[in-house]
Amino acid sequence: MNAPRVAVIGAGVVGALIARELCRYEAEVLLLERYPDVGWGVTKANSAIVHAGFHDAPDSVRAQFCGHGNALFEGLCEELGVPLLRVGSWVIALHKADLDVLEHLKNQGEANGIRGLEIASPEELRTHEPALNPKVLAGLWAPTAGITEPWALAIAAAENAVANGGMLLTEHEVTDVEVRSGSIRALSVAGRRESVDIVVNAAGLYTDRVAAMAGVNGSPLIPRRGEYILLDKAVGGLVRSILFPAPNPASKGILVLPTVDGGILLGPTAEDLPPEAREATDTTTDGLRATVDGARRLVPSLDLSKTVKTFAGLRPESPSEDFLLGPTPVKGFYQAAAMRSPGLTAAPAVARWLVREVIAPEHGLTSRSRFNPYRPAPRRPFELSDQAWAALIREDPTYGHVACHCNQVTEGEVVEAIRRGARTLDGVKFRTRAGFGRCQGGSCADTILHILSRELGVNPQDIAQGPPGSTILSGKVRP
Amino acid sequence: MKPAAVDVLVVGGGAAGMAAASAAAEAGAHTCLLERGRVLGGVLDQCIHPGFGLHRYRAELTGPEFAHRLREELSRSGATVRSSTEVISVDATERRVRAVSPQGLLDLQPQAMVWAAGARERPLGALRIPGPRPAGVFVAGLAQRLVNIQGLLPGRRAVVLGSGDIGLIMARRLHLEGMDVAAVLEIKPFPGGLLRNVVQCLEDFNIPLLLQHTVTALHGRSRLEGVTVASVDEEGRPRPETEAFIAADTLILSVGLIPEIELVPFLPCDPANQGPQVNAWMQTRAPWVFSAGNCTVIYDLVDSVAEAGGLAGTQAARYAAGELDQESEIVLTRGENVLHMVPSALSPGTPGRLALRVSRPIGPAHVTVAGQVVTRQPGLRPSEMVEITLKKELLASLDGAHEARVEVVPT
Ligand SMILES: Cc1cc2nc3c(=O)[nH]c(=O)nc-3n(C[C@H](O)[C@H](O)[C@H](O)COP(=O)(O)OP(=O)(O)OC[C@H]3O[C@@H](n4cnc5c(N)ncnc54)[C@H](O)[C@@H]3O)c2cc1C
Ligand SMILES: Cc1cc2nc3c(=O)[nH]c(=O)nc-3n(C[C@H](O)[C@H](O)[C@H](O)COP(=O)(O)OP(=O)(O)OC[C@H]3O[C@@H](n4cnc5c(N)ncnc54)[C@H](O)[C@@H]3O)c2cc1C
Repeated sequence: MNAPRVAVIGAGVVGALIARELCRYEAEVLLLERYPDVGWGVTKANSAIVHAGFHDAPDSVRAQFCGHGNALFEGLCEELGVPLLRVGSWVIALHKADLDVLEHLKNQGEANGIRGLEIASPEELRTHEPALNPKVLAGLWAPTAGITEPWALAIAAAENAVANGGMLLTEHEVTDVEVRSGSIRALSVAGRRESVDIVVNAAGLYTDRVAAMAGVNGSPLIPRRGEYILLDKAVGGLVRSILFPAPNPASKGILVLPTVDGGILLGPTAEDLPPEAREATDTTTDGLRATVDGARRLVPSLDLSKTVKTFAGLRPESPSEDFLLGPTPVKGFYQAAAMRSPGLTAAPAVARWLVREVIAPEHGLTSRSRFNPYRPAPRRPFELSDQAWAALIREDPTYGHVACHCNQVTEGEVVEAIRRGARTLDGVKFRTRAGFGRCQGGSCADTILHILSRELGVNPQDIAQGPPGSTILSGKVRP
Repeated sequence: MKPAAVDVLVVGGGAAGMAAASAAAEAGAHTCLLERGRVLGGVLDQCIHPGFGLHRYRAELTGPEFAHRLREELSRSGATVRSSTEVISVDATERRVRAVSPQGLLDLQPQAMVWAAGARERPLGALRIPGPRPAGVFVAGLAQRLVNIQGLLPGRRAVVLGSGDIGLIMARRLHLEGMDVAAVLEIKPFPGGLLRNVVQCLEDFNIPLLLQHTVTALHGRSRLEGVTVASVDEEGRPRPETEAFIAADTLILSVGLIPEIELVPFLPCDPANQGPQVNAWMQTRAPWVFSAGNCTVIYDLVDSVAEAGGLAGTQAARYAAGELDQESEIVLTRGENVLHMVPSALSPGTPGRLALRVSRPIGPAHVTVAGQVVTRQPGLRPSEMVEITLKKELLASLDGAHEARVEVVPT
């Protein structure tokens, strides 16, 4: 029998990790993504927290996967060369009533098997986080919480899947799912029919629609918007750990947290949008105001003049507010759907479980002998020793030309990102952090455009910022 | 790696850095200038319009012409110049400076350093304007490089937010290159740029300038499709009832320059200038570091930048030679109507130049230092920096004082 053909729909962090996991088996793996690049959906705009796992009730699917996912992150980030900082998190009690909430979260976390949870006094908190609101009454400490770069994880997982024989097809939107006699047959994708034996629906905000294509009907997802404000590295160090307020029913509240590259992130808000608003990643006046107010409750001294940018992400919420995972009534059609928070944290555990414990046994997949879990991390000259960097420059002088000054990214890194699949300014930005810093590309966008144009052999006018239609230039001066 | 010793290290090869390096080398210092760009000149090479050099060369030059003259002076001075070389860290305790270039890593141990790294532009994100984040939004200097240096056009129809000089110049440039410039918006009740630029760049081409207006939202998911604009009240808050949509595929931002000082965080800064505090010699609070040009305070004219650079270079050479003594300092404090001000301190024995920018347009006024009138002006605008030479007698009369207040008093 030929190796089965498996299609994973959606190259977010969930789909990319699932595709990588599938590549451990004898199967033809296709990772299908409608965008020109990996990780441009929910994966690119969220809090980037590897949650400890105390926020979720023990009987939820979320709780089942969050703690396990967290435990897998170390090894995964090591294999894939992705940053992970175990900075720990605090839930902050500012009111008497919050004290009970902290107690409840601690018990809940312990029931979920989370270790190291402790309730700390205001004195301890202030030593750890001097910028914290002086009115703090207590804090719940979770040492296993961390921060990462979700898009980097998605990119790395997709690269590793491809290195192990998988196929990544970007600009491949799935428009229909063909089911015959209760079994998956084929997909309509980018205008053609692809026969497939197994399909994994990891389409993020569109998992309900893809499910409907297969005749698996459920309630529509509710996009729950979260707005953010990012502050410059100059204020980095303001907080050392992730600061949560005591949570409310809709979300974990508005946080203040460090980012892996040294900035400070404020947010997210939580606002339910109509089901059709799947692309409404706009920021709003009210949302940004709420973000500031919420963040200031935790850290009153925030300096907003250091704002670098604002953005928003959409959580794919199901009415049960829980993940929808595993087999469906359609044979060969599996889901990793409604992956709202802590979907990033859970993703490695979900991918493992779905592939190793559900799909592989059901379809009798056999292991592939030559799976290499390691993906060479992109070179970061600024993180090398003097000797190693000097040697790298001798080998390739472009590693001595700084292209992005704010985040100190060399031309060599930009070229490497392009060789690894970047086709757009955003593609370069998410892979290298060039243009992600305090000037937001104002001083390097022309340089990056030039490098993209040279490496890809296309005119600068044809290069986009991100999604199709987002071209940057209209043409030449006096053509 | 053993660091190379130099007397004076100049970081940045714009107008300030070139003038500083020339002056330091002429004063006899072994001088080295590092510039990250491939050529020296800084922002000058992208400024192809005339209006440079009226003071320094008594001629109306374009930016590239002005840069050319400075480059020639620099090559005559004997300073060592390394382009394509970016300073990446400054260790203040060891006085070591690290740079990188396609030739490799470079460590330097200067006796004195002139920081002349210029300024960067404030981006859209910093304004927290709500909406999506489409392509088609450019800071003006980026648009200027794309158009003037790379010959590439950003779009078809532009709105310019901010009436600083770069915004005004770019409104005209885009118009001349065939784009439709719908309007220039300014949140303040007065233009941010020089009056001559308002006339020559907007009025001469019938480009509307909307004062007390701002952008309240962007539209367009992939490429910009338009902006919502509104007039603002006295406090600069948008008035929702005045909101209107302007179709545009391009938004040009000229909403402020920020001194580039992230690599020298050990230098105490002036909160209004946003650059390092300096004394009359352009010397910072770290005595071995001098700071000149747009990284110290945002100047209007390159002539003033070059002058400040020359001063910093000469004094850095003296410092390197051990000839610059610490003198007693009189700290200058801001009184009424003063926004930007350089220097932050004076010494009774040093020649005094004072540059200041008012915080609002003012009619006839005196500028006073410690209550003494130093200049009378028919009118002052925030867009036009006032430069004043302080008389010896005034400085002498301040001897023994710790502080002196600078004020602009309407008459
Ligand atoms: C505001 C916010 C904060 C969050 N914070 C955290 C956090 O701190 N920690 C945490 O663990 N989780 C967090 N989450 C959740 C986490 O971000 C998500 O669970 C995770 O990113 C989901 O990844 P995904 O791969 O399922 O979705 P996506 O990244 O959206 O990937 C789905 C992909 O499918 C593609 N696609 C869709 N339809 C089709 C089609 N028909 N054909 C082909 N491709 C298609 C999309 O383009 C997209 O790239 C947060 C989420 C939000 C919104
Ligand atoms: C659009 C525009 C129009 C203008 N019009 C006029 C006019 O008509 N008349 C007039 O007189 N003036 C005008 N000016 C003002 C004048 O051009 C500037 O004030 C002056 O050129 C600034 O010089 P600078 O040396 O301070 O900064 P810059 O020119 O910015 O130079 C700083 C240099 O430092 C380099 N650098 C920065 N960091 C590092 C590092 N870490 N390592 C190495 N190198 C580094 C940069 O690459 C840059 O070359 C205009 C300016 C602009 C932008």
